[in-house]
Amino acid sequence: MTPEEVVRRLESGMTLGIGGWGSRRKPMALVRALLRSDVTDLTVVAYGGPDVGLLLAAGKVRTLVTAFVTLDSIPLEPHFRAARERGGLDLVELDEAMFLQGLTAAAQRLPFLPVRAGLGSDVLRVNPRLRTVTSPYEDGEKLVAVPALRMDAALVHLNRADRLGNGQYLGPDPYFDDLFCEAADTAYVSCERLVDFGAPSDSPADAPPPRTAPQTLLVSRHSVTGVTETAGGAHFTSCAPDYGRDEPFQKAYATAAASPDGWAQFHDRFLSGSEEDYHQAVRTWHKEQR
Amino acid sequence: MTRTTTAVTRAEYCVLACAEAWRGDGEVLASPMGTVPTLGARLAKLTFAPELLLTDGEALLMGDVPALGERSSVTEGWLPYRRHLTMVMGGRRHVMMGASQIDRFGNQNISCVGDWHHPARQLLGVRGAPANTLNNPVSYWIPLHAKRVFVERVDMVCGVGHDRAAAAGPAATRYHDLRRVVSNLGVFDFATPDRSMRVVSAHPGVTAAEIRAATSFALPVPADPPPTREPTAAELRLIRDVLDPTGLREGEVRP
Repeated sequence: MTPEEVVRRLESGMTLGIGGWGSRRKPMALVRALLRSDVTDLTVVAYGGPDVGLLLAAGKVRTLVTAFVTLDSIPLEPHFRAARERGGLDLVELDEAMFLQGLTAAAQRLPFLPVRAGLGSDVLRVNPRLRTVTSPYEDGEKLVAVPALRMDAALVHLNRADRLGNGQYLGPDPYFDDLFCEAADTAYVSCERLVDFGAPSDSPADAPPPRTAPQTLLVSRHSVTGVTETAGGAHFTSCAPDYGRDEPFQKAYATAAASPDGWAQFHDRFLSGSEEDYHQAVRTWHKEQR
Repeated sequence: MTRTTTAVTRAEYCVLACAEAWRGDGEVLASPMGTVPTLGARLAKLTFAPELLLTDGEALLMGDVPALGERSSVTEGWLPYRRHLTMVMGGRRHVMMGASQIDRFGNQNISCVGDWHHPARQLLGVRGAPANTLNNPVSYWIPLHAKRVFVERVDMVCGVGHDRAAAAGPAATRYHDLRRVVSNLGVFDFATPDRSMRVVSAHPGVTAAEIRAATSFALPVPADPPPTREPTAAELRLIRDVLDPTGLREGEVRP
């Protein structure tokens, strides 16, 4: 599939999960394809980074379910900040652990999972839809019942994948990408490189996983609907060990996002064309910085 | 080589005060947020708390104690975010978080300033603060002690304080354990009958009046607060020569 073909499967009004964490291994090529589409009115579920910022800036988000939106080395995502300070964004703000329980519940087809987090905090005040549940055992504890974060579709980006949807991460952190895929009705994997895990290979990283490190096979084909090869598809977020975060470019993004004029220029230069145009524009920009 | 001992800086007292937060914790993960707490955790591990576990800030548990900004060269474990969250809920962790606002009972806000529905300023979001405060020991590091941080009432309770935990019931108080607050002015805890904030020590050079003037809520400050302890020569050497030779600590705390 191409990113465009993935996005054609998405519809306005859907609940869309996005894997990765902050400004790390985000399926940015798929997000950019989404920006070029007319899909809108989304409920986005993510440990948010520039994926969320871009979708907010493009006016594609009705509801956002998150614990944070950050660029990591730049703590505050400027588009998220602006959207919040403008008012009107329907935000479901959960704690990081509550979010994990919500994903897990969805993957296990449970209506909710209990969690201690949230009690006593204003998370319950600002999200009046959250309920509590009383333990049926002797302890009788009253805990928060985090509703399942079931999604219509999930988008994740991995280092390697085969055409069937078996996906491999080569970095140190799987984040929650397998859970996103299992918690969604459909899931699309973009990857740095399509490989045939059954075929011999010269590169140790692409060797058939059962002989190297099978636990790096994070996502399994039964939970994946489609796969697309997008080299540099997480740019400008990190995709270790293939590449780190493009810090200078991220800084340029954040600077541009801080003003309407700056953002209009950034959008024209980097986001108005195809994915190939984007990477070409980034290469040119880097040359100019030298 | 031992450097001649120049006067201990405010930042160095802060590093020491942060390190003390982990004293006696045993084999738990020290999760420091910020430069000074990171130095504190590493100092604690190199001195009086060698059992502590430290992360590289990413997915690895470090088996060594590198200088700030240096890469760890020994890995003793794997701690990706998912396992980190499980560790939080399992309680084998003592985090030192920041706070954009904190009140006398230790309620903390890092989410937004103003009305949550239409914030005047969007900050980090609640992140892991609700889970942290209900599940594992929590301390706070506040590099700039000021009235807008030490507030009468926080705008959004992220980290749960003593009054809010008590009101939420036994499931909230069961593992609730606010240890201490370290600021650029002093060290504070909650060992009072109503679990409100109390001065433990003032950093040398800081007066009671200074602390009072920088705090919005009524904080009983003894006329002559005990001073934060002096670092030993060995601790100073570790801070200056081993852990932070480029002096990053001074950038986080004004002298």
